Amino acid sequence: MKPIHEGRLKYLEELANRIREKVVETLLEAGSGHSAGPLGMADIFTAFYFHILKHDPKKPLWPDRDRLVLSNGHICPALYVTLAYAGYFHFEELKTLRKINSRLQGHPHRKTLPGLETTSGPLGSGLSQAIGMALAAKLDNKKSRVYCLTSDGEHDEGNHWEAVLFAGKNHLNNLTAVVDRNNIQIDGLTENVMPLESLKAKYEAFNWHVLEIDGHNMQDLADAVSEAEAIYEKPTIIIAHTIPGKGVSFMERDYKWHGKPPNKEEAKKALHELRTLGRRIKSEHE
Amino acid sequence: MLNHELKLNPKLFDEDVEQKPVRDGYGDGLVLAGEADKNVVALCADLAESTRTEAFAKKFPERFFEVGVAEQNMATIAAGLGVSGKIPFIASYATFSPGRNYEQIRTTIAYNDSNVKIAGHHAGISVGPDGATHQATEDIAIMRAMPNMNVFAPCDAIEAKKVTLAAAKIWGPVYLRFTREKSPVITTEATSFTPGKAQIFWSPSPGSGRLSKPLVLIIACGALVYNALVAAKELEKEKIGTVVLNNASIKPLDEKTILDMVKKYPAVVMVEEHQINGGMGSAVAELLAKHFPAPIEFIGLKDTFGESGSPDELIEKYGMGVKDIKNAVIRVLKRS
Repeated sequence: MKPIHEGRLKYLEELANRIREKVVETLLEAGSGHSAGPLGMADIFTAFYFHILKHDPKKPLWPDRDRLVLSNGHICPALYVTLAYAGYFHFEELKTLRKINSRLQGHPHRKTLPGLETTSGPLGSGLSQAIGMALAAKLDNKKSRVYCLTSDGEHDEGNHWEAVLFAGKNHLNNLTAVVDRNNIQIDGLTENVMPLESLKAKYEAFNWHVLEIDGHNMQDLADAVSEAEAIYEKPTIIIAHTIPGKGVSFMERDYKWHGKPPNKEEAKKALHELRTLGRRIKSEHE
Repeated sequence: MLNHELKLNPKLFDEDVEQKPVRDGYGDGLVLAGEADKNVVALCADLAESTRTEAFAKKFPERFFEVGVAEQNMATIAAGLGVSGKIPFIASYATFSPGRNYEQIRTTIAYNDSNVKIAGHHAGISVGPDGATHQATEDIAIMRAMPNMNVFAPCDAIEAKKVTLAAAKIWGPVYLRFTREKSPVITTEATSFTPGKAQIFWSPSPGSGRLSKPLVLIIACGALVYNALVAAKELEKEKIGTVVLNNASIKPLDEKTILDMVKKYPAVVMVEEHQINGGMGSAVAELLAKHFPAPIEFIGLKDTFGESGSPDELIEKYGMGVKDIKNAVIRVLKRS
């Protein structure tokens, strides 16, 4: 994994901001869906699809591609928008999210949309599916790597920890997981609903290599992925600290925005903020 | 008489008929499937010996994954393998898989269309002394309600081997149901098996007067096919003709054969070691209700859990013995 050179990083930051804008527009059009998570993870999706992953939008089933498994399927608006930007399908299709006869299901369905590696929504099952893909890659002597994006809330699920145990036991060094540590879930703050700390110590105890990053710093993520590639004996977990609702002041860090879309007025406000932010990023880079 | 064309076990009605657990066929079939295709892999949740996964694990250690007591993890790891070109077989007791991991199977295997084969062992109450916690009696209902899922319940160890081999070749999710106890070997290596086909195992002996026209159709699956055949033989002596259909393929259901047979013999007895609610009998009843309504009697668990006991005691207590099947035939005749 090469570091992101400065010019490219600026481009990616602008792109991530455009993805946030498109997420807001898409959610407004859909009329239901999740806001906070997709906005919080826009930088990570951007870094993966435009720097980290070996993939080919023209050949979504290329056997040697890296896999990205989205475990917390409810943040799919960010994934869909990123896939559209990457060229997997046309932007127009984003308007069909959550509507009848759409390929963009409310939670991702692998069979309908190119670029999706799995079907997800019910929480806690993504990491083990990523493990299956990592095992298959090893059996086939393929160099492709498997990434799994998880939420902190879904760490309440037993299935997830079964997977953590298994990956540690089997030294799955071709597997890297990222946890969106945004501290919120539907019923409130994660540390009130079901405390996860120390998350780092938990993963270390399960024989994982643990890295912590600022989830809005794409260079940090690229470096962490690079380090994970160099770790031979363990799978790696990247604890990515993110701000839920990132970029929209009235959504940031408010768990009430976990599971609802903006209305027209809120979307207008959100887009105004994001566009202002976008102009600032652009001017800073010029 | 037994259907000669199918080359069933000629010693079937002998006292010393060969007995073998149906689950043994899974172990044999899995090794053969592994030999035939290097993409076949096997997973187990701390029950390698009991589910007969052990032979595969010894022969292909690099293709065997022990996941520990974690059925949800087993199903979802298999889902990942299945979308990556592998043909994973996962095995546990059916009360745990598809019992405990139902949602994972639904989302990540069936809806996700991952090429996973689910082996549910210790099905039915003939599991015996372990009691109701380990006796899967709702698994057919759970699995046949699931879109994309194929469901098979073989009648003996040899058919189980063939079903397992066939499952490896079917693209998509498959559920295989196996019983624990030794049970009579009904078929032979020469007996054909085709997924989606029901087979006539018994029809009245020709030239026996009234018996040349059988009156009742018995449709059975799993090890209870043996009880159905014994009942048919005894009923023939009592001048009651029956046809016994082995219906291992619950989904896809052999609608044509079943409808053809019911049109000839419109009085039906369903036999399965499963809840009557939602089982193989229900699948047939749904078909008949739509195309050719006929009186049906159901042999199976009557909305109750099992308990500890010997397999024979349990089959008798819960009304799935030979005499229960015979009584059901007589009841349905009165209704027809």
